[in-house]
Amino acid sequence: MSDIVEKTLTALPGLFLQSQSASGPAAAKASFSSRLGGLVRGITALTSKHEEEKLIQQELNNLKATVSAPNTTLKMMKECMVRLIYCEMLGYDASFGYIHAIKLAQQGNLLEKRVGYLAVSLFLHESHELLLLLVNTVVKDLQSTNLVEVCMALTIVSQIFPREMIPAVLPLIEDKLQHSKEIIRRKAVLALYKFYLIAPNQVQHIHIKFRKALCDRDVGVMAASLHIYLKMIKENSSAYKDLTGSFVTILKQVVGGKLPVDFNYHSVPAPWLQIQLLRILGLLGKDDQRTSELMYDVLDESLRRAELNHNVTYAILFECVHTVYSIYPKSELLEKAAKCIGKFVLSPKINLKYLGLKALTYVIQQDPTLALQHQMTIIECLDHPDPIIKREVLGEYSYLLGKETPEEVITKLYKLLTSDSISSETKAWIIAAVTKLTPQAHSSNIVERLIQEFTTSLDTCLRQHAFELKHLHENVKFMKGLLPVDKSCEDMVVDASLSFLDGFVAEELSQGAAPYKPHHQRQEEKLSQEKVLSFEPYGLSFSSSGFSGRQSPAGISLGSDISGNSTDTGLKETNSLKLEGIKKLWGKEGYLPKKESKTGDETEALPVPQENIIMENVDQIITKKDQSQVLTQSKQEKEKQLLASSLFVGLGSESTINLLGKADTLSHKFRRKSKVKETKSGQTTTAQNMTRSSFSSSSNVTYEEDYYLDNLQDRGDKEVKKFSLNSELLDSESLTELPLVEKISNCRLSTPSLFADNNMEVFHPPQSTAASLANEISLASSLLEETTEHMHSDLMEVCDNETISVSSYKIWKDECLLMVWSVFNKSASELKSANLEIAPAENFKITEQPGCCLPVIEAESTKNFQYSVQMEKPFTEGNLSGFINYQVMDTHSVQLEFSVNLSLLDFIRPLKISTEDFGKLWLSFANDVKQNVKMSESQAALPSTLKALQQELRLHVVDIIGNEGLLACQLLPSNPCLLHFRVHGDMLALWFRSSCSTLPDYLLYQCQKVMEGS
Amino acid sequence: MMRFMLLFSRQGKLRLQKWYLATSDKERKKMVRELMQVVLARKPKMCSFLEWRDLKVVYKRYASLYFCCAIEGQDNELITLELIHRYVELLDKYFGSVCELDIIFNFEKAYFILDEFLMGGDVQDTSKKSVLKAIEQADLLQEEKHFWTLPGLGSVKEGRAAAISQDAKAALPVPLIPGTRVARFKAKKKKKRKIPSSICYDNDNVFRISVSCANVFIVYLECKFD
Repeated sequence: MSDIVEKTLTALPGLFLQSQSASGPAAAKASFSSRLGGLVRGITALTSKHEEEKLIQQELNNLKATVSAPNTTLKMMKECMVRLIYCEMLGYDASFGYIHAIKLAQQGNLLEKRVGYLAVSLFLHESHELLLLLVNTVVKDLQSTNLVEVCMALTIVSQIFPREMIPAVLPLIEDKLQHSKEIIRRKAVLALYKFYLIAPNQVQHIHIKFRKALCDRDVGVMAASLHIYLKMIKENSSAYKDLTGSFVTILKQVVGGKLPVDFNYHSVPAPWLQIQLLRILGLLGKDDQRTSELMYDVLDESLRRAELNHNVTYAILFECVHTVYSIYPKSELLEKAAKCIGKFVLSPKINLKYLGLKALTYVIQQDPTLALQHQMTIIECLDHPDPIIKREVLGEYSYLLGKETPEEVITKLYKLLTSDSISSETKAWIIAAVTKLTPQAHSSNIVERLIQEFTTSLDTCLRQHAFELKHLHENVKFMKGLLPVDKSCEDMVVDASLSFLDGFVAEELSQGAAPYKPHHQRQEEKLSQEKVLSFEPYGLSFSSSGFSGRQSPAGISLGSDISGNSTDTGLKETNSLKLEGIKKLWGKEGYLPKKESKTGDETEALPVPQENIIMENVDQIITKKDQSQVLTQSKQEKEKQLLASSLFVGLGSESTINLLGKADTLSHKFRRKSKVKETKSGQTTTAQNMTRSSFSSSSNVTYEEDYYLDNLQDRGDKEVKKFSLNSELLDSESLTELPLVEKISNCRLSTPSLFADNNMEVFHPPQSTAASLANEISLASSLLEETTEHMHSDLMEVCDNETISVSSYKIWKDECLLMVWSVFNKSASELKSANLEIAPAENFKITEQPGCCLPVIEAESTKNFQYSVQMEKPFTEGNLSGFINYQVMDTHSVQLEFSVNLSLLDFIRPLKISTEDFGKLWLSFANDVKQNVKMSESQAALPSTLKALQQELRLHVVDIIGNEGLLACQLLPSNPCLLHFRVHGDMLALWFRSSCSTLPDYLLYQCQKVMEGS
Repeated sequence: MMRFMLLFSRQGKLRLQKWYLATSDKERKKMVRELMQVVLARKPKMCSFLEWRDLKVVYKRYASLYFCCAIEGQDNELITLELIHRYVELLDKYFGSVCELDIIFNFEKAYFILDEFLMGGDVQDTSKKSVLKAIEQADLLQEEKHFWTLPGLGSVKEGRAAAISQDAKAALPVPLIPGTRVARFKAKKKKKRKIPSSICYDNDNVFRISVSCANVFIVYLECKFD
């Protein structure tokens, strides 16, 4: 037997020689097949569009000659087709080849046939006359005994097939529903679905067969049939109510993980199937209590089962929330679903935030009180850089306003307007909101004041809005008609041609105003003038200027101006009004600019300087923000908070539901924060200075790696290539999503309290919350004695009463986190049976250090309790709580509770490895996360970036190569994580890799916090 | 239902387009141009979803390539994002560490994979395994005419054949089935190819087995049972 292996080995070189030289035609074929490659390379080498046109024209001429030559083989024809498809994709006309594509599908062997069919599906559209020529081929292939041919025929049928020829293939396809291979059955079902879409009458009689497909033993076939059911139920849900039970059962099985693992997507069972079923249930249960009752259980289960660690579970959750809010309501489910939305809106991921806001619209329509818990987030989103988010937000919040009197709201908005903390862009949104509310208000002092103030605003955008408001305000009756009280404009009758403005236009024209130019004409002019301004809302930008990203309300109202001009067709007008965005975006506001088009000409002349001003303003504000200190920021936060709570106060008082149970914490934290602030500003004691200096010296010792910073510039980029980022398409970014949204929400909620996590950063001056100065000095000194070799946090008082005061600090030892609780006995008598206990926490392993059982604490002395803490699984932030109890006078015992926040960073240690090891480790790690982070100005240089990463995140600098850096750290006890970063401009491209799937995400999060925070 | 899918590069070059709803050529070009501008102007940290015309657009960037899908109002954006990802996974598995060049030079394969994954704009088969199985089957069937006879192994009654590495140092034994007629050697130069070690296909009494060795040569064997 082994002889043969040897034989094969020896025969090998000969074989290849043979293949290269012996077969003349084969060689010719080979060169032929690489012609696409030649073409592609030829095109990429060109520099101008003109050259490309020339080359392609030449290529097309060659192809034309080849395809019509009699001696062209089918194999060559196949190659020609591929090149023709390529030319068409580049936008050139290759219609001469269409007929040959059909021929190829007809005559070719499997390989050629496949390309022929592909070419047909790409070249022709449904009503192309040549398509009729394909019917015979399809019929023949459907009858073939070769599975692949049947599959190809079914694919093309579902892709593109002349409607009138459906009867020719229908019986054949129906037969395939009984085929022994599931792949054929599945494709047949989908082909029938397509027929149902384009010609529903033709497939009416086979409804019963669809039912059979629904019960197919193969999950794939069953899933395919759901497309048809979804469509049919959408059209007439009452006819399929009897199937509700079946759909519920299927969903139960899927959710319960009963399907073959093949259907899993990143270990989530058949997400596409789940979503399809949820949509079907949503339609079936709409306004039908009895049917809805059947599905409550499984929906509950779905909400519960969706463990949040991946986008796909969010997708399911979103659909589930939608279904819960579509069907006959059940309050318990509604609440659960509303709670789930919190995971979306609080997520740092913009996609989830967007969907969360979207989901909130469902909630608000059903019951606004359930949305209350998210009010703060909504307000925060107002300052979000992506306009699409902002747009969603304003939609939400106009709904939420409902229960407060308009005057109050306007007052709040006015206050917000006059504060410095918001960008001019947001201000513009707010004025527009005021405009919307004005007709409902009874008194208008504030509105008048606002008009007065802002019609003279330097910001043209604000001025524009103020003028709009002013004009409308002068005619209250008209305004009331214009902006009706109910929440949508769906029922309004619109004079689409805006004929009532004709008189006005004529008047303006007679006064010398420029005549109206139709849209396309302006477009052309604009392009020819290379203006930087885009009139289209939301990024439909024709220029690549920075403006496109940030749209202002002015831009939108201008856009409406244009489409709303009376010379536009009525159709267009209704279209723009029907836009989904209108209702969400500005509701009644959508009409406003059109009535204002009396200023249209004027406005159109303005835009360029106007936008420049906006941009400048925004920039200024951003810079100002960057420079401003913590205090101003907290002021902003405070304002936001106040705004949020006041805006929703009407709702808040009525609402007893507090689903997340966090609103209290929020306000509590806020109060605490302001207290802290006062204390801090008031304190410049010597004690603090002392501790500060000692801390900073110890930090210098610890960070001996600082010398790397000086070496930076000397290095070349020799080893960069190894880590070049861009060659691989597939990054697993979305494979490792942030799983612990719960935790993030915690962080989020605590952000208003600016000092909440300062206790974790060594390099900040310590804040004293302790009452007694002397006490602190003694504590601080004892602390220093013990912990000179390790970094430690500041002392923070966690609880106290008249007898004792408990403070805690963290020692970041190499192998673990050591928590120390210092108990200071303030009283003059000794305390007996003092006992400190830490409650077991889910994510931590807590070990009591020996020697800290102290039955007696002497008068006016301090005792320390030490615990080493290990993290069991990664998370961003967690809480450690415990209590201390002691006995006074041998009689009654006193218990005090406290808690301490722990962050992931407490468990991160530098990992000191060589560049070589880094390379090896890098390749061995499967989980990675990439992200570009914008740096604040102060950090926009490699050394400072490095310093920030090194100090704040405790990363070890492995190497620096050019503008790239390698850093390493480990999560205790032994989870290494590597970071590769590159600085370009003010962007920082971060790339984390680790053996632990969640760690990169968390570190990225922390990293972003550092980058954004300072 | 998905309306269309576009793949285009950072430079605005279209790499693949699939339309699931009849659209005129002129309209297609206009939409492609417009949408590319919109998507390319967006910044990296922005939302992957946008509302465009009456559609919802979901896009994701992989290295230099944008994958962009237009879906209808009631469709789920997040699952569409995952759909894109699954497609990329399929491409990656098929090409073995796929890059933009693979898609440029073998775009027809990318279309075939897409057709096996989506049908008429709806998900047909989400299982990586079965999509690729269907593709490999078609690939394999179609290449039967290009088999060369292997001298010295012409009609082996029993024995072993091998997949041999490029440097001829490693040989992976392959069982030969009695009655083997022809076999084929094929060079695959690209490293790290991940091709299943064996594929069996049963049709008209013909068995075809392909074996791949991670770093280079693949032996295809065809045997007929009489």
